[in-house]
This record gives sequence, structure tokens and C-alpha cells, in this order.
Amino acid sequence: MSRTTPVAPGRPAPTTPPGHARERRRTAVIPTTALVVVLLAALVLAILTAVAVGTVAMPLGVVWQVISAHLTGGPVGVDPLSDQIIWQYRTPRVLLAALAGAGLAVAGVCLQALVRNPLADPYVLGISSGASLGAVLVLSYGSAALGGLGVAGAAFLTALLTLAAVFLLAQRGSRLGATRLVLAGIATTYLTTAATSYVQLHASPNELRGIMFWLLGSVSGATWPALRIPAVVVVVTLAWLILRARSLNALTTGDDSAATLGIPVNRLRVELLAVSALLTAAVVAVAGGVGFIGLMIPHMVRLIVGPDHRRALPVAAVGGALFLVLVDLGTRTVDPPNEYPLGVFTAALGAPFFLWLLRRNKNEVI
Amino acid sequence: MGKAGTRVHLSGVTARINGTPIVGDVDLVAEPGQIVGLIGPNGSGKSTLLRTVYRSLRPATGVIRLDGDDLWRMSAREAARHRAAVTQDHSVDTGFSVRDVVAMGRTPHKGLLDRDTSADQEIVDDALERVRMTWAGERIFTSLSGGERQRVLLARALAQQPSLLVLDEPTNHLDVRAQLDLLELIRTLRLTTVTALHDLDHAAAYCDHLVLLRAGSVVAAGPPADVLTPDRIADVFGVRAHLGHHPITGRLHVATAPLSADVAATTGV
Repeated sequence: MSRTTPVAPGRPAPTTPPGHARERRRTAVIPTTALVVVLLAALVLAILTAVAVGTVAMPLGVVWQVISAHLTGGPVGVDPLSDQIIWQYRTPRVLLAALAGAGLAVAGVCLQALVRNPLADPYVLGISSGASLGAVLVLSYGSAALGGLGVAGAAFLTALLTLAAVFLLAQRGSRLGATRLVLAGIATTYLTTAATSYVQLHASPNELRGIMFWLLGSVSGATWPALRIPAVVVVVTLAWLILRARSLNALTTGDDSAATLGIPVNRLRVELLAVSALLTAAVVAVAGGVGFIGLMIPHMVRLIVGPDHRRALPVAAVGGALFLVLVDLGTRTVDPPNEYPLGVFTAALGAPFFLWLLRRNKNEVI
Repeated sequence: MGKAGTRVHLSGVTARINGTPIVGDVDLVAEPGQIVGLIGPNGSGKSTLLRTVYRSLRPATGVIRLDGDDLWRMSAREAARHRAAVTQDHSVDTGFSVRDVVAMGRTPHKGLLDRDTSADQEIVDDALERVRMTWAGERIFTSLSGGERQRVLLARALAQQPSLLVLDEPTNHLDVRAQLDLLELIRTLRLTTVTALHDLDHAAAYCDHLVLLRAGSVVAAGPPADVLTPDRIADVFGVRAHLGHHPITGRLHVATAPLSADVAATTGV
């Protein structure tokens, strides 16, 4: 086309690089693989330490001996009491903390991409408050309240029922709008929280303490069988999400924008919703309503490795696991022999972070 | 980069949003390498029609063919290897760098386990160079001006290596120089392009072929000089129009004024 003049003479080309260093990519160029390896090593070390520390302190050597003996099937070689404390009590507890941290952090990354809102967390869809209602019903009225289901089973069931309600409320035509999803989730959260409060008022003071621990999250009751479902769910969904990291990146740029890149947007949104709901429900059912992990870990991860989900998802999984293992360690060492719910500590750390995040974002759209 | 351009043929395309018909029975042809402008007042269905082409909205009836292949019978990924778009809803507020944004254009070419290769990097470099944004590669996308962002999004579309480019009011919110820079740039791409445009003067100067929509239907289609007549513009847009030659570029020029405007000294074409 001869009538084209890309840059007319007499005016500067719009290609002059303005040197605003602070507007450049803030994320350091840490290779993701190296970061994941370092975090994994730290996680293993934290798990061993968390198993060693407690009312009865165990030397790290003994912890290692017991765990490796059970993993390899060899003779344990320590006294039965130590074996029981390490293998039957503390190891599942610490592993559940790791699974719950990983699951909630990954669900948070997934949901923030899905609803394109930096203040979204896995609880914004009402899944946690839905789970709480089922758990509190059983904790207050016994397992007869929900057809003989245990606390975890009841929590899982009501979480899924709540999600189904949110899903139906948010859907309009064939589209699942981000804003409608959040609003439906918040409204449902209020409704189920009201029901939970009503049930709580009928509980005895004895039951109230258990309810309190459940609502704020705790891994103290962990057993090996209880780890099965969350372990499978966390591993499978994480792998599924990492394979779709490119699509998640595209989705954060907008529905139409993602559609032009060949992403089947509506199907992906439904899949992501199901995946994050499954993750959240599987974790909350066994660990209770641990707050703030799903909000703060994704943001910390993005500050370190940037917004690309190919990096953010694995780092969030390992980072979330490490964080909750350390928090659980804190809840039982700060004031022994008393233990505190996880939510007290994650919130104590999370709320200031949240406020800082809000301040940092004051010039932007939120 | 990219294919020489494809022939696009929309026939009998009807589109509904939540059951409400927005676009009815539209025919449109873009020959290889042509720039086809969609013009019409707000709400005339330009964006909705484009959504059926970039596959955000399935047409209720009608067929969209790229060189004979039915666009909606392809998988979403395959379609995105033939057709790229710059839409209006774009919101990259998550801290992606300019390179990251352009590299997203490789998405439809990548399987679940594929990594970015050096070939992808070259395609991204090339796309940035074509829109003259190479200098901004490491900048955060949101730190750019509106005009620069549109160029980067155009580079992302080019990284898809499309044979058809769809643009939805690409000059919206841009200052006058950025608007002209972008339109000049689009002309250099030599891709079959379908673009919605608000500015009749831009449509007249930069498009090979215009399709005028009103209330979802085609009122007129053809070369700009045939479509843009004062009577038709008065009828569809409700403004008085004067067609002439641009005093600087000599291209077809549309001057507009309110219907009630006093007629000053008018010079004929």
C-alpha cells in the first residue's frame, strides 16, 4: 500500500523507550524450577520439624527413623509410644496441614483467575460457609442430623449443595458471569452463616468449643484414612490445572479476549468452578474453615513469580503447604499445652497483609 | 508471517443475545487482503456481528466461511489459528509484561504439554517489531498508554499468525495521532481485516469496502464512495454530511454536522 507512511518525517517515532524502571516487570527472574525445589526442601524440613515438636519432643533422628521405617516397611526400632505419637498422631496431622495449605492456595489462584477479582478467595463462592452448616449441624445434634454422616461427610455434602445453589443462581442463559458468581456466592454465604449461627445458639457450651475449632480450622483430629480424599483431590486437580495454565492466563485477560485465543470460555469456566469447589470442599470437610490462605498465598506468589499460571500454580501449591505446616506448628507451640485454631493465626497474619494489599491497590480499580 | 489473507464470507448470519435478535440475516464478503469496515450507529449490531466471527457468540442461523471452511465447525483452537481479534473487553490488569501478552497469541498453537520454543520467541519478536513496540517488551502492559496497548494487542493477534483479523472499534479512546498511527499500521499488515469503526471519515479513508448496518441489518455495502452518500448518512446517522477530498491527504473525506446546522459557505466536491 503506497499510501502508507509508518512514521512521518519530522516527528519522533513512537518507539523511544521511556525509562521508567519501576514500571518494568517487578518480578525477579528466579527460575521457577529452582524455586519449587527450594520450597519443596523447606517443606520436607518443616514437616519433619513439625512432627518432632510437641508436648513430647522427639529428636529429628527418631522422627526420620520412624517415618522411613513405615515408608519402606522395615522394622521401626523405637518404643511403641514414640512410634504411635509420630506415625499415628503427628504425621497425619502435619500432612493434612500441608494438603490443606496446598489445596486452598491452589483453589485461590484458580478462583482469582476465574472471577478476575484480586479479592476473591475459595470462600467467596459460599463453599466454606456451606460446609460449616453441615459440620455444625452434626457437631450440635449428632450424626443423626444428616442421615448418619460424620462431620467431614456432612460438611462435604452441604458444601456441594451450596455450590449447586450458587451455580444455579449465577447462571444466565449459557453464560456464567464473574460478577454474578461472586454476588450469588456472597448472598449464599450470608444465608448459610445465618443458619449456622442459629444452630450454634442451640449447642451446649461443651459443643461450642468444638464448633469454634471447626469453624476456624484445625488439623488436630487428623487420621490416615481422613487424608485419602484430600490427597487424591489436591494432586489430581493440581496436575489438571497446571496443564491448563495457558488457558488460565488467557482467561485473566477477559472472556472475549480468551475466546479469540481459541479458549472454549464457558466450558473452561464451569470446569474451573468445579475444580476449585472440589478442592475447597475436600479440604474444608476435614480441616474446617481455615481462612486467608486462599487469599494471601496467591498474592504473595504473584509478587514473587509474576502472574503466569505456569509458574504461579506449582509455587502456590508448595508455598501454601509450607505456610500452613508452619502455622499449625505455631498454634501448638505458642502456649503449650493449649492449642489454638488455625484460623486465628492465618487471620492474624492475613488481615494485615490484606490491608496492605488494599493500600497498595488504592489507585487501581478495586 | 501470517498467510496472505483469506476470503471471508458471512451468509445469512443472525445473532441473538438472551433471545433478543440483534443481528438479522447479514451477508458480508471480504476478499483476500481487503479491509472491510462495519459502520452504523450505536446499537446497530457491529460488535455483535463481530462476536460471531471471533467466536464469542454462536450465530443463531447462517454460516461464516473462511476460504470455504465453516468457522463454527472448527474447534475453538483451530479457529484461533486462522482468525485473530482485538476486542473491546480486554483487561490485562494482572501484571503481565508486554512480551507475556504477545506470547499469549501462541496459545492456539500449543498443546497441553508444549513449552514456548525459540520459534515462538521469534514470532513474538517479529510481531512486536511489526507494530513498532520492540522497545516495550519488558514493560508491564498496564503501564502503557492506550495507543501503545492497542498496538501490543495487535501484536498478540499477529502472533496467532492469522489469515483474518477482526477489530472491534480499534481506535476507541485513542488520541488523534494514536488513531491515525494504528489505522496506518493496519493498512501495512495486508491481512484480510474486518473492523468496526465509528468514525466515518476513517472508514472512508482506510477501508476498501464498507458495510453499513442499521438495527442489525445491512443498509448498504460496497466501496466507500458508493456507500457514503449524504442522503444515506442523513437517513441512518441523522447528521448532515459533506463528501469531499481530504485537504491534506487527498483521500475521500467525510465532514459531518448536525442536521439543524446552518449551511456555511459550502464548496462542492
